[in-house]
Amino acid sequence: MAIAGFSRPDAGSIRFGETEMILTPPHRRDVGMVFQSYALFPHMSVSENIAFPLKLRRVGAKERAERVDAALSTVQLSDFGERRVDQLSGGQRQRVALARAFVFRPRILLMDEPLSALDKKLREQMQIELKQLHRQLGVTTVYVTHDQREALTMSDRIAVINFGKLAQIDTPQAIYNQPANSFVADFIGESTMLPLTHDGSDQLFFEDYLIATDFPTNSNDEWSLVVRPERLFAVKEAITDPDETILFNGVVREFVFQGDTAFALASISDEYDLSIRFGTDSSEFQNVMRPGDKVSLGLHRRDVIIIPRTT
Amino acid sequence: MNTHIESGSGVNLPNEKLLKLKGIREQWMLLGLAAPAILIIVAIILIPVGWLFYLSFVGSSGELSLEHYQKMIEYKSYARVFLVTFQVSILTTVLCILIGYPLAYFLAHLPQRLAAIFMLAVLLPFWTSLLVRTYAWLVLLQKKGILNDFAIYMGLWETPVKLVHNMTGTLIGMAHIMLPFLVLPLYGAMRRIERDVMHAASNLGATPIQAFWNVFFPLSLPGMVAGSLIVFVLCLGFYVTPAVLGGGRVVMVATQITAILEQQFNWGAASALGVVLLIATLIILYAATRLLKLDSVLFGQD
Repeated sequence: MAIAGFSRPDAGSIRFGETEMILTPPHRRDVGMVFQSYALFPHMSVSENIAFPLKLRRVGAKERAERVDAALSTVQLSDFGERRVDQLSGGQRQRVALARAFVFRPRILLMDEPLSALDKKLREQMQIELKQLHRQLGVTTVYVTHDQREALTMSDRIAVINFGKLAQIDTPQAIYNQPANSFVADFIGESTMLPLTHDGSDQLFFEDYLIATDFPTNSNDEWSLVVRPERLFAVKEAITDPDETILFNGVVREFVFQGDTAFALASISDEYDLSIRFGTDSSEFQNVMRPGDKVSLGLHRRDVIIIPRTT
Repeated sequence: MNTHIESGSGVNLPNEKLLKLKGIREQWMLLGLAAPAILIIVAIILIPVGWLFYLSFVGSSGELSLEHYQKMIEYKSYARVFLVTFQVSILTTVLCILIGYPLAYFLAHLPQRLAAIFMLAVLLPFWTSLLVRTYAWLVLLQKKGILNDFAIYMGLWETPVKLVHNMTGTLIGMAHIMLPFLVLPLYGAMRRIERDVMHAASNLGATPIQAFWNVFFPLSLPGMVAGSLIVFVLCLGFYVTPAVLGGGRVVMVATQITAILEQQFNWGAASALGVVLLIATLIILYAATRLLKLDSVLFGQD
């Protein structure tokens, strides 16, 4: 909302390229915005909605019609120009809002949780379409979402914001594999966090498990181990090399079959549980784990994520 | 292993008939609940109106005739009464729009709670007697009234201006009384305009003025038209205010009907006036519905 100019920040700077925009009123910012509620004009047809920004920019009638048609075909609604807005489904409204936002070739596209009102299937389909459209238009797009999976799906770069503060900005892979702090680790993806202690040398331990060597650290700093459930694997004993794999011994507390994956919770100490997620097949997995079973969980040392602990 | 429900012709679905019966019974019960209201409407509206309609076709000697309607065409004074009635109604409606639109706009942009307090101020007159409010205007507007005294004291004009017992007074009083009928539906329509829609307009490049005329105004129009129609139709049959503030110079249909009844005791002529007014009103409403596609405004969307 601040980028589009609808909310006034206390202080700061918003630059498009080199141009300072913070004092520019919304109608002169040249930002195309897709609203969460779509915010289509209910008294106009689909075409009129899309033509609106062009009319304001005094684009001639002929060119206007051409660009509206082009925008409509880009969002695959070519035959819908004459429809009233209330005759459209949620997904179609979404596309009209999108066409209206890019038809005037704005400098920046802004999407404020554009898919949150759609059902899961349609949302996933639209995510792919938006990615394609983005490649086609080549316009810088700022996409706001609370759905971490959507963020990972859509982005070249993700900025994770917590209470108005930037927690981390990086590629999806880096955000997931090297979260900068516990907020990012917790917010993006599933994770279990285990507190680490160090023994005065450069080694880090979780209880009796050696987690990292060669980790020079100040004795005042505290660290946590982040374990992604899908990076854990159940192992039969004695086949793993302790140099490559950390082996947690636990007892299964809960087991849930979810179709494509299965999920288990295993307690590895009095206080701490680990979640583990693995792919299913039709053979044994559904029956492998019962509450009370003993289990060994392996974690490759390359999958170890260590972040500063925040209390 | 698999169970699936048979469908199609010839197969009895479980409880099909009972469920259908239940649906029909529920509809009859709804009608039953509405029955008292329907009876009252028939008893106190349809029957009297029908009776008046009949009376208007009964001549002075008791036989069926069109004499009352013929008189209405022959005498110019009747035409003038209708002209004045429509003139007053249209002007009052226009005044209400001019005053009410900015007021509703202001209310619609206040925070909900504050708007409720201001709305109270708009509605307050609703709860005082119509007659009291009308006489209050008489006190304010008369030659030695507060307004004239004040204006002369301030040097706005020198001699008392005639503000009442004429068209001006009638319009002031009527606009005041009708204002809530316009503001309420208009305010409702404005509140329903989503904030995001206005944001979208400015995001797409509309200046505040362009956003108002291209988006806000068209979206508030249904509320304005609905309110205007209510005001206009109420004005057509209005009696008290024109009678008191018009001082006999602004003769509207309702005033004329009273005069005929009191002076000539002529039920037929009075009924005929009423019938013509009713039909004129219906024609106007119908035309407005047709022209402005008001069905959705007056009878709910879709």
